[in-house]
Order: sequence, then C-alpha cells, then structure tokens
Amino acid sequence: MTVIETDIDADATVDARGSSCPGPLMDLIGKIRDLETGDVVVLLSDGEESLTDVPEWAEESGNRVLEIVEGDEHNEIYVEKS
Amino acid sequence: MTEHVVIVGGGVGGSVLANDLADRLAPELEDGDVRVTLLNDSPEHVYKPVWLYVPFGQSEVDDGRRPLADLIDSRIEIRIDRVTDIDTDAKTLGCRDSDRPIEYDHLVLATGVTLAPEVVPGLEEGGHNYYSEAGAEALREELLSFTEGHLVLSVVGSPHMCPVAPLEFTFMADDWLRERGLREDVEITYTYPVGRVHGTPPIAEWARPVLDDRDINVETFFNAESVDPEAKTMTSMEGTELDYDLLVSIPPHRGIDVIEEAGLGEKGWVDVDNHTLEAETAEDVYALGDTADTGAPKSGSVAHYQVSTVGQRLTSRIRGRPPTATYDGKTLCFIETGMDEATFVAFDYENAPSPPPPSEKIHWSKLAYNESYWLTARGLL
Repeated sequence: MTVIETDIDADATVDARGSSCPGPLMDLIGKIRDLETGDVVVLLSDGEESLTDVPEWAEESGNRVLEIVEGDEHNEIYVEKS
Repeated sequence: MTEHVVIVGGGVGGSVLANDLADRLAPELEDGDVRVTLLNDSPEHVYKPVWLYVPFGQSEVDDGRRPLADLIDSRIEIRIDRVTDIDTDAKTLGCRDSDRPIEYDHLVLATGVTLAPEVVPGLEEGGHNYYSEAGAEALREELLSFTEGHLVLSVVGSPHMCPVAPLEFTFMADDWLRERGLREDVEITYTYPVGRVHGTPPIAEWARPVLDDRDINVETFFNAESVDPEAKTMTSMEGTELDYDLLVSIPPHRGIDVIEEAGLGEKGWVDVDNHTLEAETAEDVYALGDTADTGAPKSGSVAHYQVSTVGQRLTSRIRGRPPTATYDGKTLCFIETGMDEATFVAFDYENAPSPPPPSEKIHWSKLAYNESYWLTARGLL
C-alpha cells in the first residue's frame, strides 16, 4: 500500500479513484463550486489524465495547484480555490 | 419461502431486467418460489433517445412512451409508487402511497437521473434543453422560429445522459440550418467543461476537426457559473462570458436523494463494483444503468448490456450457485453527424472507441434501432 505524505491540510477531499475521464476533473470542479476562496481541496485519482487535466484547468480557471503527490496506486492533487 | 426481487425504476435498465428475469426465473416464478416486483412512479415507460429528434420536428415525445403493462411480462408484478426511503439493514423500502414497507430479499436500483439546473443560477430561466419531454417540446418552438443570431450548445453538467448527444445536437443543428438556407445567419458555439470537446479522448480527437470544418466555434474549459436570462449572457468559472440568442444546455444531472440518504453513494449514484454491479455498502443490492457509478457512460446501451450481468448474478444467487457473470464496460453509441449521416462508437473498460467514417447507412441503422427498441424493452432483442 502506498503511503502518501504531505504537509498540506486540505479542507475537502474528492475521492475519484475508479472514476474514468473526465469524472475526476468534473468531481473536482463540482466541489470547488461549493468552497470558499482560499480553501484547499485534495483530489484522489488513479486516472493518468488527471495529472494533465487538472493543472491545465487550474491554469485556465485561475485556481492554484499547490502540490501533486504521485503514488503507486493513486495520485493526490492539492488545489487552492482562488 | 418465496424470495422477493424488487426492481426500482421502469426505464431501460429496470424494464429490460424485469423481462430478462421473467425468462431466466420462469420455473421459480411458476412454482411460487420467487416473486419479482417492478416498482415505478409512473405507469409509463419512457425511451429518452427520442427527445434528440423532437426539436427538429422529426419525432414527438409520445413516440418515446408506452404503458409498462404493455411491455412487461405478465409474470412480473408492476407496482406504481415512489420509493421514499431504503433500509438496507432491514431490507425494506418505504413508499409514498403505502403505509406498509415493501420487504425485499434482492434489490435492484435502476432509478436513473434527474435534472438539476438550479445548480447554475439563471440556467433554468435562460436556457433550453432536450433532456426532458417538456424541454424538448419548448426547444422545438424556439428552434422553429430561430432564423438568425447566436446558438450556443453548452455542456454544463457531467456526467450526463448519452455523452455524445451534445455533439449530435450540434451537428444536426448545423446541417438542419444549412438545409434551410439559414446557416450563414446563425453563429453556432459548442462549449465543454474540460480541455477538449468530449470527455473520451478518441471521440474528442475525431469530433474536433468536424466542428472546425463546419465553422462551429468551440469553447473548452467552460464551466458555466451563471446565466443572465435578461442580458442573454452566460459566464464561466474560468472567466469567459458568452452572449447568446438561443442557449441549449445539458443541465447538471444527479440521481435521486433516497440513494444518498440510504448511504449507498453520493449525488444519487450507487457505489458499485464496476464488474459485478453489486453495491459496495450493502448486501443483496445491485444498481444498473445511469444509477450505477461505474465510470461507464450514462447510456441506454450500457443499461441494456448490464442487465444480463445482473440477471445472471441474481439467478445464480437464488439457485444457490456462485455468480460468475461480470460487466466489462461494453458501450455502443450511435452518433448523428447531421440530418442524414451518422457514425458510432463501441468500447469497454479496456478498449477505446474508434468511430468509422459517417454514412447514411449508419444513420438509418440508428433510426431503425430506435423503432425496434420496443423489442429490446420487451426482452426480445
């Protein structure tokens, strides 16, 4: 089992493991709609596309990817709502 | 003791499964060892793919309706009521019109989707859609009188029913306006929430050049945040503002609240094993079609293919055998590319789609399937 370590405390978690593209990004966008500016959400995704989809969308939308932690079974992508 | 199978939902998945079980479990039904109840909140079955053609005057909403009693095998008990709560520990269902709960031994949830336009302020008032009977009819009235201006097709919510239908509508509108000599006076824009024109990369790679060739504007990474019905503008989370004269949206979708309240999954989608379609958080509960959160598209073909998996697994359990049938993500969708041509995609969890060149033959195949669908609903095709 992968142990993922980071210093970032997320305000919300979106567990999109097992969800196929574009599910993880859409789940993340849905959660960000509900958050306040400055809140941090972590997306758990085992889809490879998320590693490119999420940073591209964050850049387009003005939100900020704080950290991407890659694991063997899934990745964690930390996004701050701007 | 008689085992009771309850199917909630009389759409494609629930109806085809009811007829499938009538066939598979014929001996047990005849001997009274098994009862199968199909529970639906309407006495009619609705075939939603018909709605795509309604705005163009090519179908009527009534073409997609049939009484359940005409479609469902007589060995299945049809009950018209609406589920108000699910207790998976007691294995009971509460219903709106009954004081006594329904007890089940095996439960199949095929409750489908509901539209949630209220998620985006102004969308309900400012936009049209063809994802409901009333919406498709209202859009037809608007489209018939629409001779110039800016037509915007915006995919607001995902996942949504029939993932290729937004592309189909856009291609059909383009062709329909050309045939009527109006295309030069109508600008068309297609918006999609992620960074390509469809969630599935091979479909996006196929569709993008088709959109470009037809002078259809494309806005990707467009997640509608609000619609101003007075000013006729929509604004995205990404900061883009679009003016429109006619807005056709794919509204956000969600499942029924009862599923989340029962702890079976979020937003009304049941968390299931993608292959067995058995619920992750409860025993003897299955989900299929739009209700099952498998990652497969919310499409009638998916529900149809999933029926044989659930039907076989249920039958095996009732007969005391280990269930072995699994669903592999099989999906087949026709894609109208105009008023007279279509292509299709076939794929599963492991294999990506590759659409063949559009043809008139595939278009007629789609229309023929829509007509013969009633045989599918009866479990004959």
